[in-house]
Formats: sequence, structure tokens, C-alpha cells
Amino acid sequence: MNLTLKIWRQKNANTKGAMETYKVENISPDSSFLEMLDILNDQLVNEGKEPVAFDHDCREGICGMCSLQINGEPHGPGRGITTCQLHMRKFKDGDTIYIEPFRARAFPVIKDLVVDRSAFDRIQHAGGYISVNTSGNTQDANGIPIEKHKADKAFDAATCIGCGACVAACKNASAMLFTSAKVSQFALLPQGETEATERVMNMVKQMDLEGFGNCTNTGACEIECPKGISLENIARMNREYLKASVK
Amino acid sequence: MATLDSKIPQGPLADKWTNHKNNIRLVNPANKRKIDVIVVGTGLAGGSAAATLAELGYNVKAFCYQDSPRRAHSIAAQGGINAAKNYQGDGDSVYRLFYDTIKGGDYRSREGNVYRLAEVSGNIIDQCVAQGVPFARDYGGLLDNRSFGGVLVSRTFYAKGQTGQQLLLGAYSAMNRQIAKGKISMYNRHEMLDVVVVDGKARGIIARNLITGEIERHSAHAVVIASGGYGNVFFLSTNAMGSNATAAWKIHKRGAYFANPCYTQIHPTCIPVHGDQQSKLTLMSESLRNDGRIWVPKKLEDAQAVREGKLKPTDIPEEERDYYLERRYPSFGNLVPRDVASRAAKERCDAGFGVVNNSTKEGVFLDFASAIERYGKEQAHIQGIHNPSKEKITALGEEVVASKYGNLFDMYRQITDDNPYKTPMKIYPAVHYTMGGIWVDYNLMTTVPGLYAIGEANFSDHGANRLGASALMQGLADGYFVLPYTIGDYLADDIRTGPIPTDTPEFDEAEKNVTGQIQQLINNNGKHSVDYFHKKLGLIMWNKVGMARNAKGLNEAIHEISELREQFWKEVKVPGTAEEFNQELEKAGRVADFLELGELFARDALERNESCGGHYREEYQTEEGEAKRDDENYTYVAAWEYTGKPSEAIMHKEDLEFKNVELKTRSYK
Amino acid sequence: MSGFIKSSIARKVAMALSAIFLLLFLLQHFIINFSSVLSADLFNEFSHFMGTNPLVQFILQPILIFGVVFHFVMGFILEAKNKSARNIKYVQYKGNANSSWMSRNMIYSGIVILAFLGLHFYDFWFPEIAHKYVHFLPEDPNRYFGEMVEKFHDPVRVALYCIAFVLLALHLLHGFSSSFQSVGFNNKYTPAVKKIGKAYAILIPLGFIFIALFHYFNSL
Repeated sequence: MNLTLKIWRQKNANTKGAMETYKVENISPDSSFLEMLDILNDQLVNEGKEPVAFDHDCREGICGMCSLQINGEPHGPGRGITTCQLHMRKFKDGDTIYIEPFRARAFPVIKDLVVDRSAFDRIQHAGGYISVNTSGNTQDANGIPIEKHKADKAFDAATCIGCGACVAACKNASAMLFTSAKVSQFALLPQGETEATERVMNMVKQMDLEGFGNCTNTGACEIECPKGISLENIARMNREYLKASVK
Repeated sequence: MATLDSKIPQGPLADKWTNHKNNIRLVNPANKRKIDVIVVGTGLAGGSAAATLAELGYNVKAFCYQDSPRRAHSIAAQGGINAAKNYQGDGDSVYRLFYDTIKGGDYRSREGNVYRLAEVSGNIIDQCVAQGVPFARDYGGLLDNRSFGGVLVSRTFYAKGQTGQQLLLGAYSAMNRQIAKGKISMYNRHEMLDVVVVDGKARGIIARNLITGEIERHSAHAVVIASGGYGNVFFLSTNAMGSNATAAWKIHKRGAYFANPCYTQIHPTCIPVHGDQQSKLTLMSESLRNDGRIWVPKKLEDAQAVREGKLKPTDIPEEERDYYLERRYPSFGNLVPRDVASRAAKERCDAGFGVVNNSTKEGVFLDFASAIERYGKEQAHIQGIHNPSKEKITALGEEVVASKYGNLFDMYRQITDDNPYKTPMKIYPAVHYTMGGIWVDYNLMTTVPGLYAIGEANFSDHGANRLGASALMQGLADGYFVLPYTIGDYLADDIRTGPIPTDTPEFDEAEKNVTGQIQQLINNNGKHSVDYFHKKLGLIMWNKVGMARNAKGLNEAIHEISELREQFWKEVKVPGTAEEFNQELEKAGRVADFLELGELFARDALERNESCGGHYREEYQTEEGEAKRDDENYTYVAAWEYTGKPSEAIMHKEDLEFKNVELKTRSYK
Repeated sequence: MSGFIKSSIARKVAMALSAIFLLLFLLQHFIINFSSVLSADLFNEFSHFMGTNPLVQFILQPILIFGVVFHFVMGFILEAKNKSARNIKYVQYKGNANSSWMSRNMIYSGIVILAFLGLHFYDFWFPEIAHKYVHFLPEDPNRYFGEMVEKFHDPVRVALYCIAFVLLALHLLHGFSSSFQSVGFNNKYTPAVKKIGKAYAILIPLGFIFIALFHYFNSL
């Protein structure tokens, strides 16, 4: 396959960026999208040019490191996958592909397609945990039975990989799906109940401080989420927040 | 030269750890506040260690090269975590877990360490549940278990196919709590490039800020390396792209011995290589072998026709198929351990029966047709359908298979564009895990005082082969329950030391060493990209130091790697500058280290004149082609001391004593 | 107002509660208007009651005005914040791949509705207020129907009226179910809420358009 790539290039956080055009040839349809970028970079290095910086690590869709807005969608076309799981057979020979970084005020660009998502970490610092110290003798794991249905829901919420596609897809760059996934996981488990009030108040406060937009329920986040985190979690967080507010 | 004292406590096996804990020195809480500890790597081992050390009161500085601790590659572990809880009442015990691990490791690990691992395994599950890790549960609300990797009990706890993710997020959340308290200072997008040794003790590291390129000095009273394994020396592996051996290799060069580098696990069920543009291999969970049958065509011409796309596997009749694992190992069949399954696949492909159309023709079928039929009939019976049609059976069977392995099948389809419900999967072994690593004693301290190695980065618990679902267990055992206690014994001497200054000659020297290498890479003005060399190294490793090794090939590999390394330093081209975000520079440094490690790896494989676990020497096999261990001469750990050229490293032997188990030949016939 | 409700979720809930209140008001308004199709007397009777009852006039009406103003002001505040949350725009943004046009353009449908409200106030509310509280004209319980029908003689106004209600329908198509999600209502009844929301969003504006056209064609 031969392709035209329009890629956002930006030297660092302090300079302005712009779209630039590149051509790649003889790409196998079985290659992954990131392998295609590897080939482009190898080409650029051989031409004595600077390769395109992009984040990636596990390349199997679980670490959440890869990002990229591809043809206007986070992680490109295709549902339930991250960019590293996107394969070139999804495109046609001769296509022009737009590749941009995830855009949000809270995700400043570091270089080219690499953005700083540490805002997500700070939201987690604000309360994304259960306060239990490591000891050799916490209560036995089967001490508290947990209804399977609830445990499964907590698991579903916990599968968030923190990639930021929800923010990138949202027209308001809102981080509600990300934040609500963690709030929901703990809200559904008895272990999380003790700190539920502080958790939701503090995490939402931090989320707002980071400069993410507000949720207007467009549902784009749920559609683009590579792990299919449900909007139900946002509703649950709204409930948790209301409950905590009146306490 | 440090002496190899494993410091295994005296006394009966079952009491060693308890006695040890009762007798090692402690640091009182007020003094812990005066002590700094550096943790490099934030996977299961590093993350859990950082969190626990901070909870205890130490000041922790944690480093990871990713943009967040949550991205460490532990996250990709699929299957589960073993623990001797015996919740299923099927006769499991600490001893059985210990025994299975020793046997699975082909009797090349330490009894004391492995017993401790089995002993704390239950605590890990308790701890994780308390943290809110959502393990799978049954309808009674209690924790569910599955069986794994050919053991006789169900002791594996799991969270669908994402157990590693859930456990890592648990450790990450424990870290977050301490970061919020200011007890952990987190350095994301930082890479450790050297360790600083002052008066023979590890006292800090040199790290590069990957965003700005700044070289930073960080001091501490002890340094913990939890940077994972070195599987990426093969270029293609199931490791993350960024997984590297740099931290481990740099400390090796500063005096830490490197143990058993040749013990590498090649996982039998991965998606085969599709072409030379490939950057990464994807694992398909071992659990698939519970229901999938592995085969290749019986006739060479059929195999060729399949490769050429002229013959569909579903058109090959039953009697023309060679279910070679069932044929060779009737009692364990498709459930033989990983090393055995991998070698058998290689044997068939080398003989020309491979079914994948890639340059090496490497790949075999993993077929679910009979499982679909079996489950389909079972379901029809349950639903009371008499004389169900073939289509009905298939539809019912596919539903069952989807409920068990749906996410894996989807992943396979995504990558290969094949529908594994209708046509058999194609799989081939791939490098997955490294049992070898930095040599550590019972306290997990390396041969450099104050320098520790935990998790996959050390060599300690898996011997020559790791059992499924044991990597997560070891990482968390080291990080939550072992290191935080044993490190106190060393740090007890440091309560009056005060902060370690970074303006000392030792830091100067280490920083100069780091900047020197970076400048050399940046200013090299060569002609080939970093990947060019990495791919070449990978090929040498895979062909000559891979699943089957022989003396001739290993000698060649040592020679070729050393030549490639010379060429690398002459011809590598690293664009950009050192003072910016520069991914090529990051890769270059890592590949430079792999180019040294690969050579030591081959040397170690050459010295070990036996076949054991993941290390298979063609010269040492039985008449039936099975691995032949040499317990008389090789029941030892090979710990290598760096001297300058990797293949000229000095070997120190730590003899392994087995007082509680009898050494037997593993047989799966 | 932005100082009063600071957190994003509190604002969102306030937005939703004002929306639910306005939904109820709209339904009530529709019922009264629809009575004009059935009978002039019925319409006059309703209107007289609403226009003279002190509870409606001095309690409900101010609440309604507050609700309307709040909903708009908060809408603008949120929109400004949301716009600034993405300071650099995408070169390509494929919103229709993952969300409906309605959900992405609430501010525009809202602005059209606001403009329409201006017209509506100019047509009915200001004259009404002037009638009662500025000029203190005597109350005639039978004046309402005639005053209303007269406004629908002008085809331009009727056209504007129809356009505004189409936009209102679009606004409600997202807004109805969205307000439930915002207050945390997402459960097994959600599919039903979505269906009811769709029906409400289409039927009520359609009804208003029908009323306008009914009176317009009757006037020809």
C-alpha cells in the first residue's frame, strides 16, 4: 500500500506546530498502524531527518501508552481497539491519513504526537485508592463475599487503561469517563465504601482543576473507549457526587 | 571480588522465613524518615515495593521510563496469579506450590527462596483484595480459581484475561496514596543510566529526564532495581517495545553479578511473525491449550499447499493431521509445560511442516473444532435438544468457546484478519520471559551492598523455566512482602548517615560516563538506524541462541554479536540532540546494552553443557529428543562477573542444595 | 452564578434540573396551547386562570423566569469553559463518528431557541405584562384567544415559529435523556427513558407547529 500521511510536527512544548506531509510506500496490509509509523521513521532517519515522536509501549492494547487522533478519531477507525491494535488493512491504497496528537488543554504536547497525560495521574493521586497498608495479615480474601454481578461491574470499570481517548474524543475534552471509571470501581466494592465521600469529592475537584471540560453526555467517549467503559459509570459518579454533597 | 553467599537462613525449610524475619534488624519509625530509597521500575515488583517502603516510612524516589507507573509491562500479563490458598479444597498447600515451582523450574532454583515465595503467596491475594482488585468471583461471591500450565490443582486467581492489569493498577493505587502524601517522589519519563557506588555501597543513580534530556543525579541510602527482564535482546518478543535491560546491565557493569542469562522462556502460543515489518509479537494466553489441539499436516506437500494458500486446513482430513503433542506426550498431550511445547513446534517446523507463509515457514495450527463440537453436544444435551443438526452443535459450541476465550479470539482476529471460530489459529513460540537476571541473595541484595534487584530483573525463583501464573506472584511477593523487610537489615546501619551528597567524585564520574556515551551516540554520524542493529542482533539470538542451541552456533553467535557491536558503535546514526525528547537516542542506549548482554547470554548457554528448562542444548538430549539434564555437574547457578568484554566475564558458581525434594527427570509422556 | 456552583458535576446537575423543570413547563404550555385548537373558550379559560392567579403570577412565573435565565446563562458559561478546554483545535475532527449532531450542537439549537424566546416575549409576554402591570387595563377573560390568533396571521412569523420548534426538537432529542443521565439516572429503565425522550422531543414541538399552522390556515 502507498499512503500519504499528514502528521502534526511540533519541536517541543514551547514552539508552535504544524501539519506536514509524508509519503510511505509498500506497506503491508498486515502491518499495524504503529509499524507503519516505524517504517516512516526508519525512512526519515535514513534521509537524515528527525523521526516523528509518538508514544507507544506494549503494542497489544493494554498499557494505554499509545494515543493518536487518526482521521479525526482517537485510536482511528475501528471500535474497541487502541492505535497499536489498528491494522493497515483498515485503510485503502492511496489513502491520505491525518495523524494528530490527542488535543486538550490538560494534555499539553511534549513533542510531535506525544502529549503529557500526567493530569490523569494527579486525578488518581487525589483519591484513586483504598487506604490499606501492606501487611502480611489483612483480612482473608474470602472474608467479604462480593455479589458476582457487582464484582463483574467493578471489573468492567477497572479495565480502563488511562489512554485518554475519552478526552480526545469529547468535544469538550472532558475527563468524566476516566474519573468515573475509578470512582465506580471502588463505589461498587465494599472495600471502597469507607472513603467513598472523600474520594469522589477530591477526584472531581482535581479533575476540574486540571482544566478538563464539562460532560455534556454526547457519548463520544463511550464509543471511542478501547475498553468499552460504559456511560453508566458517569451516571454513577454523578450519583456518588450528589450523595457526597448532601452528606 | 564479592563472595557468593546466598545467606539462606538455617533451620527447617518451613521455618526459614519466619526465623529470618524474627532475627533481622529493624529500623525504628523515626529513623526511617531519615532514609531515602530509590526504586527503578514501577511494575508489579517496583510499584509494590515503592508503595510498601513508603508506607513503612522511608522516603522513596521511584523512576519509570513510561509516562505513568501504570504502564509498566506487568500490565500485559493475561492468565492469572498463583497462590496456595486451597480455596477449592483440592489438596493444594504451600508445600505443593513450592514443589511444583521447583520441579517446573527443572531443579535449578533455590529451595529457600521458592518456599518463601509459596509461603507469602496467600498474603498477596489478601492484600490485593483489600486494595480493591476485582478478581473473578463465583455466584456465591467468593473468589474463583482456574487451573494453569499442567499442575494438578486449581490455584490460579484471575481477573478475566487481564490479571496483570488489575494487579498492577492495585500496586499503582497503593503508590498513588503515597505520592499524594509526599512519601514517594515519582519521576515519570526518566531513565536510569547508571548506578553510583560510594565506598563500595550503592548510593544513588544517574537518570536522564526523557522530556528535556537533562542528566540528573539522585542519591539514596539504597537502590532497588525492578526494571524487568531482557527478552527484547531478541528484538521480537512479547515484551513491550520499551522493555529494556539497561538498568540491570549498568549495575552489572558496576559489580552486580548476572545470573543464568541463558534461561529464557519461549512461550508456545503466540501469533506467528507475519513479515519483516513486524515490531512486536503478541501472546495468546496459555489457557487456550486447555481446549485447543495443536497439529501440523502429516504430509510435506500438504504443508506446502497450506503455505501457498492452495489448501485450506479445514479440508485436510483427520487422518492426514499430525497432532504431534498428543502423539509424543500421550499423558499430558497439549498441556505439556511451555518449554516442551515450544520445542516440539520448532521440531516440526524445522522438518518442513510449518504452515505459515513467512520467510521461515514457522507456525502450527491450534484448532478448536473438536472443542466446539464437544461443547456443542454438551450444550444440546443440557438444553434438551434431541438429534441436533451439525450447524446447531457448531453454533452452541461456538457460544461456549466465545464465553471462555472471546477476548482472545477477538484479538487474534484483529491482528490476523482470520476467524478462529471457523479456521484453526496459527501459532508459534515467541520469547516471553527471562528467568535469568541479576544475582541476589536471600535478602534480594545483589553483590553490591545496598543494591537490590526484585521481580523479573533478578534471577531468584523460577530456575530454568517458569510456571504459568508465577511471574505475577513473584513480582508482588518481592515487592510487598520480602524486600521491605529484608532491606531494613541493611539500612539499620544508615540511620546516622544523613542525606547522601551528590556533589562527590563518584557522582561526577558516573555522570561523565553517562554523558560520554550519549555524546558518542549523538555525534556518531553513522549510516544505519538503531533498529537496523537491533533486528540483526535479534536474528542472531533467535537463530543461534533461541529455542535450541549448540556449541558451534553459540560460538558463532558470540563472535557475530561482538562484531555487530563494533559495527554499531561505528555506524549507528542517532538523529536529533541529547537535550530534547529523543526516542532514537533512548533506543540506541538500550540496544548498546543488549549488544553486550547478548554476548554474555550466548557465553552462559555455551558453558551450560546440559539441557534444562528453557535452555536446550541439541548435544544433550535423550534418544527420543527430550531434554537431558546433568545434575551431577550443573546443579549450580552461574553468576557472571563483568570484566570488560562480556564473553570474558568470570563465572562464579553458587551450588544449589536440594534437601527437601528429590531431583527427578521431568516426564510428560 | 459560577461562583455559586463551582464543581463541574454540580453545574451539570443544576443544568439538568433546570432542564427537567423546563420540560415540565413546556408540556403544560403545550396543553394550554393545544386547547386553542379544540375550543376558544377553553383556551380563554386556561389563559385567564394562568394570567390572573396570584400563585402562578407571583411565585411560579418568577421561578420559571429564573429557570429560563439560569439554563441559558449556565449553558453559555459551560460552553465557554468547554471551548477553552481544547485550546488547539483538531485539523480533522470526526464528531459524527461517535456522537449525534444534536448532542454536539446544543449551544446552537439553544441560541436559536433563545432568539425565538425574544420574539415570543415581544409577541406575548411584554404586551401581557404591560397590559396588566404597567397600564393596569381592565381584565377581559375572553381576550386571549383573539390576541393569540392574530399573531398567526403573519406567514413570516409562522415560518420563524416553525423553524424554532424544529431546533427545539433537536435540542430535546439530546436534552431529554441527557438530563436524566446528568442527575445520575442510568439503569434498566434508561432505554425506556430514551424512548419517551424521543417521543417527547418530536411530538411536543410537532404539536406546537401544528397549532401555529392550524391558526394560520384558519386565518386565510
